[in-house]
Amino acid sequence: MNLNLTLIGQAISFAIFVWFCMKFVWPPVIAALEERSKKIADGLEAANRASRDLELAQEQAAQILRESKDNAAEIIEQANKRANQMIDEAKEQVIADGKRLREAAQAEIEQDVMRAKEALRAQVSVLAFAGAEKILGATIDEKAHSEIVEQLAKEL
Amino acid sequence: MASENPMAAEYIKHHLQNLTFGQHPDGSWGIAETSKQASDMGFWAIHLDTMGFSIGLGILFLWLFRIAAKKASVATPTGLQNFVELMVEFVDNSVKESFHGKSKVIAPLALTIFVWIFLMNLMDLVPVDFIPRIAHDIFGLEYFKIVPTTDINATLGLSLSVFFLIIFYSIKMKGIGGFAKELTLQPFNTPIMIPFNFVLEMVGLLAKPVSLALRLFGNLYAGELIFILIAILPWGVQWALSVPWAIFHILVITLQAFIFMMLTIVYLSMAHEEH
Repeated sequence: MNLNLTLIGQAISFAIFVWFCMKFVWPPVIAALEERSKKIADGLEAANRASRDLELAQEQAAQILRESKDNAAEIIEQANKRANQMIDEAKEQVIADGKRLREAAQAEIEQDVMRAKEALRAQVSVLAFAGAEKILGATIDEKAHSEIVEQLAKEL
Repeated sequence: MASENPMAAEYIKHHLQNLTFGQHPDGSWGIAETSKQASDMGFWAIHLDTMGFSIGLGILFLWLFRIAAKKASVATPTGLQNFVELMVEFVDNSVKESFHGKSKVIAPLALTIFVWIFLMNLMDLVPVDFIPRIAHDIFGLEYFKIVPTTDINATLGLSLSVFFLIIFYSIKMKGIGGFAKELTLQPFNTPIMIPFNFVLEMVGLLAKPVSLALRLFGNLYAGELIFILIAILPWGVQWALSVPWAIFHILVITLQAFIFMMLTIVYLSMAHEEH
């Protein structure tokens, strides 16, 4: 238990160890620790921000969904209206067509009737001549009497 | 049993003697063969075992921590890096709690003190005869003490370094005048009381390194002595005492390293602060 040079030797080696620790051990470790704690803090903040963003996005999505539902309803309504309109238009068209066709048919029928009447009228004069011939028993001068018959036919 | 006593005393003394290198009184240099020769060498001798183990452990500490420091990154730490970061964080917190100034030296200083003293204390848990036996049988060394902190030179070397740091920071922070004022005008702030104050403050100042050194030395010396005493017992019963004592001693060596570190921080923070 003698005090001797060991004391100074210890002090010197202690000083060297402290210097080394201060120079090469402490700074990198403490820098890494600080950087990590900063990174963790940043990460937490980012997480907070992200959850806020998520909330906002959800709200937005709900809003958009609501709007698109409204839009869709509107579009359907319009389509329905349009369809009804088209049906109405088609109906009107059909009715108009029918009417036109009927009128055309009627005109044709009238024309036919007129033609038939003409034909009949012609036949009546012939028949009248034939009848008269039979009744008189003689030939009638067709040319002389046709005027009278025609007048008769016109009266028919 | 009485016949064993001289042997036991011899054994204990033998274990408490450092491996001393120095100049014999006759002028030749060499390793002391007996305790008498060692003490005759006076101040200009050196304890090879203390120096060897303390420097070896110091290098081990710095080597391990340097490896971790090189790899230190933001990524998730693993293994050694985890441990080193734990230690650094622990010391950093201790320093931040009691030291409020700004200094680049104090935190690494505290880390060095804590880990180095812990490692030196840890040597106490190696069975007392283990390494000395190897040193004796293989290297032919008569004395070998493997726990540097059971050598008063080692602890005093540490505490005197701290003492010089205290004085250095006191003068740096307060100036020579401020430091002198602190030593002479406290606790009684009158010119008449200056001599009394000075004596009182000097005692307080000098008590710091002495108490630091003696506390560590005393605890470890006593611990080792008990291990040596247990080693005298018949080999069959040694474990019954040495195991509980070793387990208890784990607490002691950690605590002593921690106390030395904390007191160093406190003393240096006192040196930084105006009273």
